[in-house]
Parts: sequence; C-alpha cells; structure tokens
Amino acid sequence: MRIFDTHVQELKYQVLKAVIKNAYENCYDDVYLDVPKEISPGPKAQHRCCIYKERAILQERIKLAFGGNKDNKNIVEVIDIACDECPIGGMFVTDSCRGCLQHRCREACPRDAIKIIDKKAFIDKEKCIECGKCVNACPYSAIIHQRRPCVTSCKVKAISVDENKKAVINNDKCIACGACVYQCPFGAIQDKSLIMEVIDILKGSKDNTAYKVYAVIAPAIVSQFKYARIEQVVSGIHKLGFYQVVEAALGADITLYKELAEWQEKGLMTTSCCPSFVSYIEKYYPELQKYISHSVSPMVEAAMLIKRTDPTAKVIFIGPCASKKLECKLEKTENAIDSVLSFEELQAFLDARDIDVAGLGDTHLDNASFYGRIFAKSGGVTTGIKDAAAAKGVEGLVPIAMNGIDECKINLLKLKAGKALENFFEGMACDGGCLNGPLCLSHGPKNVQDVDKYGNSAKEKTIDNSVKLYEMSRNNL
Amino acid sequence: MIVKICVGSSCHLKGSYDIIEAMKKIIAEHGAENKVELRASFCLGNCKNGVTLTADKPDERMLHNVSPDNVREVFEREILPYLE
Repeated sequence: MRIFDTHVQELKYQVLKAVIKNAYENCYDDVYLDVPKEISPGPKAQHRCCIYKERAILQERIKLAFGGNKDNKNIVEVIDIACDECPIGGMFVTDSCRGCLQHRCREACPRDAIKIIDKKAFIDKEKCIECGKCVNACPYSAIIHQRRPCVTSCKVKAISVDENKKAVINNDKCIACGACVYQCPFGAIQDKSLIMEVIDILKGSKDNTAYKVYAVIAPAIVSQFKYARIEQVVSGIHKLGFYQVVEAALGADITLYKELAEWQEKGLMTTSCCPSFVSYIEKYYPELQKYISHSVSPMVEAAMLIKRTDPTAKVIFIGPCASKKLECKLEKTENAIDSVLSFEELQAFLDARDIDVAGLGDTHLDNASFYGRIFAKSGGVTTGIKDAAAAKGVEGLVPIAMNGIDECKINLLKLKAGKALENFFEGMACDGGCLNGPLCLSHGPKNVQDVDKYGNSAKEKTIDNSVKLYEMSRNNL
Repeated sequence: MIVKICVGSSCHLKGSYDIIEAMKKIIAEHGAENKVELRASFCLGNCKNGVTLTADKPDERMLHNVSPDNVREVFEREILPYLE
C-alpha cells in the first residue's frame, strides 16, 4: 500500500507511473489521450468542475513528466489551468462578526483601517497593511486573512498573481526550493521530471555493459519508504537497472573534510550543500557570495568520486529536492551528475516496473559515516563539522544551523550588518532540512528519528575512511 | 600496473580499508610506489568471494579472498613478479 501525504502527490504519481510504464512497454496508443482517461474515467468528475478539465490538467502533468517547457529554465512551473484562482482578498470580515460593542478589531488596527458600518466591522483596503492584528483581536475569530497558499509558502516572495488571477513565478527571484509545489492545495505548481532522461540513460547502458549506471541516494531516503527496509529499497533500485547504489552521505563525509579545511583558510563561511540556500545568497545577498563554500555539494562530491574510479560511469541522484534538478545542470558541477530523480519519481518507477520492494531481499549500504548520514536533517552539517574540528584539534569554529529560509534570512542580515557572532553558517531552505524536502513522499516528525537511527547504524563512526577513499581517487588523476 | 581494491559495501565490511593500508605499506617496503598505482573501485560484482582486487598485468584479472593475513603473500605472488 502506498501512502502519500496528499492526493496531489498521488495524482502526480499516477501520471508518472503511466508514463514510465509506457516508456518500457509501449502500452498506450497515445499517452496524452489515454492516460487522462484512465485516471479520470468519468462520467463524474472527481475534484474539478468536469472530467474535461480534469483530463486537460492531467495532460499538463504528463507534459511535466516528459520534462515540461524546455524554454523555461526553472524547474518548477505553474500549470495555469490547474490554478484555482484562490482569493487574494487580504483581511476579510466573515459573517461571524456579531457587531459587538467593544470593537477590539478597530482598537487593534494601527492604521485606522476599520470602521463600523451597520454595527459590523468594515476594512478599508486602501489603508489596511495586512498586519493581522485585527485577526488576533477578535474574540469570535470573525476576521480571516485570505492569502494564497503558494504566496504564503514562498519565503522569497517570488510568486505573484497576474491579471487573470493566476499564480506566476518570477524566475529571477525563485530559488527553486519547491515549497510551493508541496503547498499548493490544487497541485497547480509542479516540478518538471527528468525521468525520461533517466530511462534513456538506463536503456543506453544495455544492462550496464555499454557503461555503468550508478545511483547516488540522499540520506533522507531512510525516512521515506515506510513499508520496507532501506536495504530492500536498495535492492529495488538495483532491479530498475542500476549497477551500484552509493550513498550521497559518502560525499557528505568528503564535503565535511573539505569545508573544515576551507573554513580554516577563510575564517568565515556559509555551506554549499543546499542549492536553494546557495541561490538565496546569490540572489538576495550578493555581497555575501564571497563566503559561500567552494566545496561542491555531497551529491556532486559522491558523483565525482564515482567518475574518478569509473570514468565512463553515468550517475543519477535520487533525493527529496527540486533544486538538485537545477544544480545538476550547473556548470560548476562539471557534469558529475547526469540526471536527478525525486523520491516520488522513484516510487512511481518501482511500481511501473512491478517491483515489489517489500518482497525483496536486502542489499547493504555501509560506506558512509554517521556524520554523512545525518546531513539530511537541519543541524547535521553543524554537528559533523564540530566533531571533525574537535578530532583535528581545530579551534575557534562557531557554527550555527539555520533551519528554513526564515532563519537564514535573520542570520544573513546579521552577518551582512557585521553583527553575527558565528563564523560557520549551515543553511537549508526547507524547514527541518532535506527530510522535509518538497519531493519527499512523506513529511512527518518521525522522519528525524529514522535519519538518526540510520546514522547510528553506520559502521564508520568517523569520516576518516571516506576521506581516505577520496584522497586515493585523487591520486589517480 | 594498476591495482584496484574493491570498496563496495560487501568488501568494505570485510575490511578493504585495512587491506588498502597494508598494501600501501608493502608497496613502500618494496620501493615500488612508482610501479604500482593503487586505486579504489566500487563494487566489482564479486561480493561472495571475499575482498576482491583487480590487477591489469600481465592480463586483466581478479584476485579474490584477500585478507589482512594473506595480503603480503598475494602481493608477492600475484603482483611483484609482473612489475616492470
């Protein structure tokens, strides 16, 4: 049984699964016509005004499964017709207003925007600054703040509403964190899939004879497949046609080692693991760019390691993250990663290929250390770098873990103003870190425990062996 | 000669890092640092045969069941004679 957090995820999954199945079995005459009919068979619509609209939206989802609009560089796109034009009324007085005598709302308003007309509160939109004080003041909870969930979810204010009341993403402002993808209640914002690229790579390997295909898995994976053990999921990935599964955590060990060395040189640094955080600094705090670590992210580090030991290898990253799909195409990653899959896509891929993960045997994963594995949670890098510093006798490191863009903002502003007390800034765009990534199958408090458990099960208690492996592979150059 | 030592999960558990260290030492003892290039490799697909090494001379071959106890013997028998 597959458990999704939301029905939107399930719809996306159904589309992906059908498209993948077709890529292997050619089971539809016309994917764009047949798949929507299969998912929304009618005669009654399930959640939109009619089946025709449902099917039209499903066609758009199929387009995204095939990679979406190639002219749009962003990895997240708005599906115009799926956007339900949520109200943007701002402060709104509901019928619950009882026309009381106290008028706490009016007293609370700092801008004098509330008048009492016909005994009831009336908000002057010209004056209202949407501060929300009246919402909290009303004892009947009669005033609500009508905002679009996408706009609220976007911490960098990259989403606006156009003249047709549709959501629009400003690519110059967007950091591709994917929060809106998970938050939009209508599933109208979605990430583009690279699954077709991945299938081409796998098919082209001719069962790993032409070249070998490696999967690099993000440590957050342990919190995802609740119905199976991680060792079984690894077996499942092998069955999809991957030659080897390598933990991104191995790359994280190496990143830790490099970042510590880099910090010793620079004295002040921000981390580079989260591509949305890096993009956030580049777009909003350009003057702090010089502090961004030059060490590549664990994903890229692991891929580079693989390619040094096997130069013809192709590497696919599997993770919870939308922005990794952009990062892999960036020049600085030197094509180390050939493509990226999300956990959602992995689930669809396994099911499309009829692989029952829970019924598989175990394949062990034991290369990475405890520290590499807990990178998935906010504070993971900080814990790792502290201990690495202690082990090497490095002094003076004062790290801080910034959890989510709001915390990043506060601390980067301090840094910019020269008022920061810390000198090592770990930043993650998603609240809670990667295990709350937008393309996770599940988002829950228990996920942190899963990641910790996985970290504790690491045979390697230090990053030493990963670093040894790294240095050995460097010598090959 | 290029010698690759498997560090895939299975070999890793069976101690490939210890073997890498031992091998480095033995190579140094023979002063053969410039003749042997020691590399790591991800899984060589021989998980059931103990820690696996590959050597490319005189022809491409695999050496299985290498352990800290027999690594010196393996080196002297399988690698040393073929060094140029």
